[in-house]
Amino acid sequence: MSVANRPVHRPLSPHLQVYRPQLTSVLSILHRATGIALSVGAIYLATWVIYAAASPKAYALFQGFNTSIAGRIVLGGWLFCAFYHLCNGIRHLFWDAGYGFELKDAYRSGWIVVAVSLIATAVSWVVGLRLV
Amino acid sequence: MSDLRSPLARARGLGSARDGLHHWWAQRLTAIALIPLVVWFAISLVMLSGADYDIARAWIGSPLVMVLLILTIAVGLHHGQLGLQVVIEDYVHGDGWKLALIVAVRFVAVIFGLAAIVAILRIGFGG
Repeated sequence: MSVANRPVHRPLSPHLQVYRPQLTSVLSILHRATGIALSVGAIYLATWVIYAAASPKAYALFQGFNTSIAGRIVLGGWLFCAFYHLCNGIRHLFWDAGYGFELKDAYRSGWIVVAVSLIATAVSWVVGLRLV
Repeated sequence: MSDLRSPLARARGLGSARDGLHHWWAQRLTAIALIPLVVWFAISLVMLSGADYDIARAWIGSPLVMVLLILTIAVGLHHGQLGLQVVIEDYVHGDGWKLALIVAVRFVAVIFGLAAIVAILRIGFGG
């Protein structure tokens, strides 16, 4: 077989449909999902300051949603996404620097990310709810 | 696995368009900048949740908050736009749709970012 006709064996991405979920893959997908959610959240944040600059009436409308049950869920969800993406993002930065690639380390850092982001979310919910 | 390019790509010898590293680096740089900014903003959000109009405006308009908030929104939207671009490149396969979505995401990020910055400056400088 000539060089030109030889098939190129590129690495394949795991096919989600036939892949058993594991901590590392679930956290990887969650990083993307929370990233997308936070992008929408950034637009929401921009809207908040735009309404605050517009008029008291416009701001009251916006804050009316924020203080409703649905608004609480959105803000609570935003906080979880932010803490998770932040913690797992730091994990990614360590990988970029060349650290923590061993399977054992990847699992340990993964569980640390889960624990820290859940604790930070819980603390912010409790403190936030008490202050309102 | 010494060379992942196809024989055709090797023969053409073009390689990448050479701005892949810039995208990668910008994503990391904005990520590092966002670590303190997001921690600060998340704490502020918890303290401010339910704040009325006057309290919110007094907070947004104080000099340090203005700087940090503009940084958070601008760097955050830039980072989000870079990330969404990768997601679109991975999952949207039609070339037309891919380009249209990447352009749309960047436009929306710039429009909302600029509108937010103008709003913050207006509150701070009393408009």
